[in-house]
Amino acid sequence: MNSEKKFEVFRTFFSILIAILVSFLLIFIVSKQPVEAIMALLTGPFKSKRNLANVVEAMIPLIFTGTGVCIMFSANQINLAGEGAFHLGGLVASVCALQLGLPAGLSPFVALCLSALAGALFTAIPAVLKIKTGSSVMVASLMINYLSLWFCTYILMHFICDPSVGSASAKLPEESELMTLFRGTRIHLGVIIALAVAVLGYVFLYKTKSGYELRLAGENEKFARYSGINIVKVILLSQLIGGAVAGLGGGVEMLSPIYSRFSWTSLLGYGWDAIIICTLAKKNPLKTPLAALFLAYLRTGASIMARSTDVTLEIVQITQGIIILLAVAEQFLSKTKHRLIAKEAKASLKEEEAA
Amino acid sequence: MADQVVLQMQHIMKIYSNGVVANEDVSLELRKGEIHALLGENGAGKSTLMKVLFGIEAPDEGKIILNGSEVTIKSPQDAISKGIGMVHQHFMLVPSLTVAENIILGVEPKKGLFINMKKAVEEAQAIAEKYNFEIDVTARVEEIPVGIKQKVEILKALYRGADILILDEPTAVLTPQETDELFIQLEKLRNDGHTIIFISHKLDEIKKICDRATIMRNGRSMGTYNVSEISTDDMSKLMVGREVVLTFEKKPQVLKDTMMKVRNLTVHNTQGVLKVDGLTFDLKGGEILGIAGVEGNGQSELIDTLTGINKSYSGEVSIKGEDIRKDSIKDIRNKKLAHIPEDRMSSGCAANLNILENMFSNQYTEPEYSGKMMLKGKVIQKRSEELIREYLVKCKSYHQNVGMLSGGNIQKVIVAREFSTQPDIIIANQPTRGIDVGAAEFIRRRLLEYRDAGCAILLVSADLNEVFSLSDRLAVMYKGKFSGLFLDVSSVSEEELGQYMLGLKHDDELRGVTYEQ
Amino acid sequence: MWSTLLTPDFFNAILRATTPILFATLASGVAAKAGICNMALDGILLFCALFGVIFSNLTNSWVLGLLLTVAAGALIGLILAFFILNLKTDEILAAIAINLTASGGTVLLLLAFSGERGSSSFPSVAAPTITIPLLDKIPFLGQILSGRNFLTYLSILMVVVMYLFLYKTPLGLKIRAVGENKNAAESVGISSRGIQYIALILSGALCAFGGYFLSGGYMNSFTKDMQAGRGFIALAASSMGGDTPVGGFLVALLFGASQAVGNQMQLTNIPVELIQMIPYATTLIGLAIFSYVAMKRKEKISGK
Repeated sequence: MNSEKKFEVFRTFFSILIAILVSFLLIFIVSKQPVEAIMALLTGPFKSKRNLANVVEAMIPLIFTGTGVCIMFSANQINLAGEGAFHLGGLVASVCALQLGLPAGLSPFVALCLSALAGALFTAIPAVLKIKTGSSVMVASLMINYLSLWFCTYILMHFICDPSVGSASAKLPEESELMTLFRGTRIHLGVIIALAVAVLGYVFLYKTKSGYELRLAGENEKFARYSGINIVKVILLSQLIGGAVAGLGGGVEMLSPIYSRFSWTSLLGYGWDAIIICTLAKKNPLKTPLAALFLAYLRTGASIMARSTDVTLEIVQITQGIIILLAVAEQFLSKTKHRLIAKEAKASLKEEEAA
Repeated sequence: MADQVVLQMQHIMKIYSNGVVANEDVSLELRKGEIHALLGENGAGKSTLMKVLFGIEAPDEGKIILNGSEVTIKSPQDAISKGIGMVHQHFMLVPSLTVAENIILGVEPKKGLFINMKKAVEEAQAIAEKYNFEIDVTARVEEIPVGIKQKVEILKALYRGADILILDEPTAVLTPQETDELFIQLEKLRNDGHTIIFISHKLDEIKKICDRATIMRNGRSMGTYNVSEISTDDMSKLMVGREVVLTFEKKPQVLKDTMMKVRNLTVHNTQGVLKVDGLTFDLKGGEILGIAGVEGNGQSELIDTLTGINKSYSGEVSIKGEDIRKDSIKDIRNKKLAHIPEDRMSSGCAANLNILENMFSNQYTEPEYSGKMMLKGKVIQKRSEELIREYLVKCKSYHQNVGMLSGGNIQKVIVAREFSTQPDIIIANQPTRGIDVGAAEFIRRRLLEYRDAGCAILLVSADLNEVFSLSDRLAVMYKGKFSGLFLDVSSVSEEELGQYMLGLKHDDELRGVTYEQ
Repeated sequence: MWSTLLTPDFFNAILRATTPILFATLASGVAAKAGICNMALDGILLFCALFGVIFSNLTNSWVLGLLLTVAAGALIGLILAFFILNLKTDEILAAIAINLTASGGTVLLLLAFSGERGSSSFPSVAAPTITIPLLDKIPFLGQILSGRNFLTYLSILMVVVMYLFLYKTPLGLKIRAVGENKNAAESVGISSRGIQYIALILSGALCAFGGYFLSGGYMNSFTKDMQAGRGFIALAASSMGGDTPVGGFLVALLFGASQAVGNQMQLTNIPVELIQMIPYATTLIGLAIFSYVAMKRKEKISGK
C-alpha cells in the first residue's frame, strides 16, 4: 500500500523533528548560551573541512554495527551483543597488529578477518545457548557484553599494556593502519569497507536464498518451519553474520587513523546506536549509511557544541532516545494514518459502486 | 412486554485501519426476551458488529440506543456495566486460574485488602446452581472440557448481571449433545427475561432456537425476519446471494500407485495426551480421501506428523515407499508433497511480507528460481504475476503485503504456492475455512483438477458439505481413530455421519482403509 | 581466603550487593506477570540513583528524598507504559530508548543541577542503617541481621509484600490474568491497558528504591553509569526465578553472593578484571541451566 509507505517515511521524519525540538528545549534549560549551542550543534559540522570529515569518520562504525543489527533483527533475533562484538573486534585487531608483525597491506587484512571471526563467534554465544538450552537471546546477549568488556580489559592490562601510558596498549605499528583517503582528514579506507558492507548486507538479505530464509523466519518462524526452512541454521547464521559485521566494525575502527593504541576500558555504546540505525533504516542495510550520516552529523555537532559551549555531549543520547520512541511508536500519528486509509477505502468503494 | 425494544443499533459503519470495510450501514433491533440470530457467512461482518456493541471497536458512523436512550459504549467494561455480556468464540478464560477465580475476575469479593476466596467460591457455586449448571468451581480451567468452559463463560456474563447476552458461534466447538444442553439453557435464560444474540451460520440451529434473525452479507444488513416465517432456503439465499453449488461433477476415478502408507500411527500431543491412536491407512494417486470429524479429534496431530512438523510418533509413515522418520520437513516436501495448513495466518504465510515473498517459500531453492547463492529475481517476479492471474488473487500487485488481503485471497496465495510445485500428494487441512464462497469454490475445483491429474489428496475438513462433495473415500475421525469409513460417499447421510463423528456409532472392522489384502 | 568468607562482614557484603538487584528483580517480576518485559529497569536504576542524591540534597532528608525518588521512578514507569501501551512502541525498543536517555540524561541533569560532569560531590543523605534492639546482642547472627541499611530490610519485606500482592489481592489476580490471557481479562471488563499501566508504574517505583540505594547506601554519591547492568541482571534473575517474588529473591541472593565473593577475591592476586566478570558469568550460566531444566521438564511432560 503506497500511502502506508509514504506515511512511514513521514512519521520517521516527524519523530526526528520532534526529538530535535525537544533537545533544543533542553539546551535552553541547561545552557547559559543556548543560541550559540544550538548553532554549534546544527551548523558546526559544516564550519570546517575537519568537522565535515569528522562526520564521515563517525559514520563508519555506525554503518557496521547498524548493518549487523539489521541482519539479526531481520531474523527476529533480538541479540544485543553487537556492543561486545565491536569491542572484541577492536581488541583482536590490535592484538594482531601488535603481535603478528605482518607487512603493510597483509597486516590489516589479516587483523580485520580475525576481528570479524571473533565478532561472529562471540555473537553466536547467545544463539548457541538459545538452541541448546532455550534461554533468551536478549538476556544472554546483555550479559556477555560485560564479559566482553572485562575480558578485553584483562587482555589489555595484562598482555598488551604500555606501562608508560597507563591503561592503553603499546602503539599500533604503522603497517597495520588503514590508509587515509583524503589528505588533511582522517577519513580512511574503512568508509569504503563500510559502504561495501551495507550494500552486501542488502544483497544478502534481499537477493540471496539465505537472506530470504532469514527474513521468512524473522517474520513468522512457524511459517518458515512449515515451508521447510531449517530454523536452527537461520538463527545461527543471522547471528554469525551480524556478529562478524560488528566485529569487523570494531577492527576497522581500531586500525583507523583515529586510534593509535587500544584504550577502550568501557563499552562504547555502538551496539545501542546500531539499534537506532536499524530502526531508522527499517531493517534495510542499504539505508544504514543514510541513518548513520544523520546520527554522525548529530554527534559531531554535539561534540563541537560540547567543546565550544557549556552543554555536554550526552544530550545526543536523549535525542536518540526520543527518536527511537517515536519512530517505532505504531500509534504515533495513527489518527492521521487512519484518516488517510479510510479516505482511500471510501474512494475505492465509490469506484466499485460506479463500476 | 414481548415487543419491547431493548436495543437498537442504527446505521453502523466500521472501517478497519487496513482499509477493510467491515460494516457498511448496518442496523439491528433487539426485543426483550428474544433469541435473535445474527446470521451470515464468515467475514460478513457479524463479529465486527458485535465488537462495536461490546465496546471493543469504535464505529466510524452510526449510533446505539439502549433502553430508549442513545449511548456510546467505550469499552467492554462499559458494555458490561450497561448489562451487555459476550461469550466469545475463542474462550476468554485464564487457564491457570480456577473456575471460581475466572468467574469473579474483575468483580472480586473482598476481605480488607485481600480477595475473600471463600466467598468467591460460594458465590460462583450459587450462580451455577441458580441456572442449573453442573460445574466444579474449584477446578482449574485448563483441566475442564470444552463444553464446561463455555458454561463458565456464560456464568461469567450472568454473574456480572448481563441482560443482553451475545453468543459468538457458541456451537462451533460443541458436540451435538452439548449443543442440545446449551439450547435448553438458552431457552431457560430467555424465559427469565434475558435477551440473547446468537451469532451463527448454521441454519438448522437458528430454525431450532431463534425467534428472529438478522441476516448479513458483505458488511451489509439484508434485513430482519421472523424465523418461523422464512425458509432455510430463503435464509441461505439472503446469506450468500445465490444458490451454493456444492455438487461438483466428478470425473470417474482413475486410481494410481500408493503414494502414502500409514501403519499403526500413534501420536501424543505436547501435554502427553494420546491424540492419534494406532491409525492405519493408504492413500493412492487419483483419489481424495476425506477425513471428517469434530475438531480436536487428532486431525491436527495426524497432519503435523504426515508433513514432518511433528517428529515424535510411533508406528510407520512412508511416502512413495520410503519411511519418513528421519526426514526433515524439507525432505518430505522434496518428495513432492504440498500442504495447505489449518491456520493460514499462524503457519501459512508471513503477513508482513509481500505476495511474491509468500509465494516461493517452498520452492525458492529450485534451480528454476535460484542459483547457488542468489535468487533469480526476474524469473520469480514473472512467475508470481502468472500465479496471481491464474489463481485470481485480488490485489494491487505482488508488492502488496499478504496481511492486507482478505482471508480468501490469502488462502489463494497459499494454494497457488502449494499447487505450483506440481505436487504428487496434497495434504489439505481445512482448505476453505472462513473464506468467501467464491474463493472456496475455486479452491475446491482446483483440488478436483489435481485429483483427476493423478494426485493423491488427503482432505481434512470440518465442513461436511465439502468432504461430502469432494471425497472418493470418506473416513470419520473420532478420538484419534477412524470410527467409520465410507467407500461410497453418496450412500451416507449427514445424520449417519454425525453419529460416527460423535462416537455414537463405531466400526470396529474398517474395510478398505488399506488397499492390501 | 575462606576464613574471610565466613565473617559477618562477608554476609553484610552479600546483603548489600543483593539489595539493589533484589528491588529491580521484584520490579521485573511484577512487569513480567503483567506480560511485559521491562528492560528499561537499567535506565530507571540509573535515573533514580541520580534523583536520590539530588532530592535528598534538596530536601536534606532521606525520607523525603526517597519518596520523591520513588515518585520519579513511578513516573518513568508511567512514561514507558504510555509509549508501550498507548503508542504501541515495541517494548524492547522503548526500553532501549529509556536506557539511552538515562545514560545521557543523568549526565545532563547533573550538569544542570550542580555543574559537575559525570559524578556528584555535593552532600546527599543516604538511607540510614538500623540497629534492631536485642537482636544485635546475639553474637555473629546479630551482626548480620542487625545494623543493615533501611533499604536492605525494606527489600526483603518487599518480597513478602509482593507475594501477598500478586497472589492474594484483587489487583494481583488481575495482573496475573492480564499477563496470562489479555483477552480473557478484557472480556470481563478489566482494562488490560490500565492493569499494565499499574504494573509498569509499580515496576518503576520498586526499581527506584534500588536506584536510591545505589547512590545512597551502596555508595554515597552518584557516578555516571553506576548501575553497571544491574537492571539487566535483574531481568535475568527474575526470569530464572519464574518471575515470582520468592524465586526472584533466591536468585538475586545468589548474584549478591557472587558479587560479594568477587569483592572478597579482590584481596587475592586474581586479576580484578576477571573478578568483575563473576556476576555476569554467574547470571549467564545460571540462566542457561535454568532454561535447560525448564526445557527438559517441558519435554518430559510431552511424553517423550
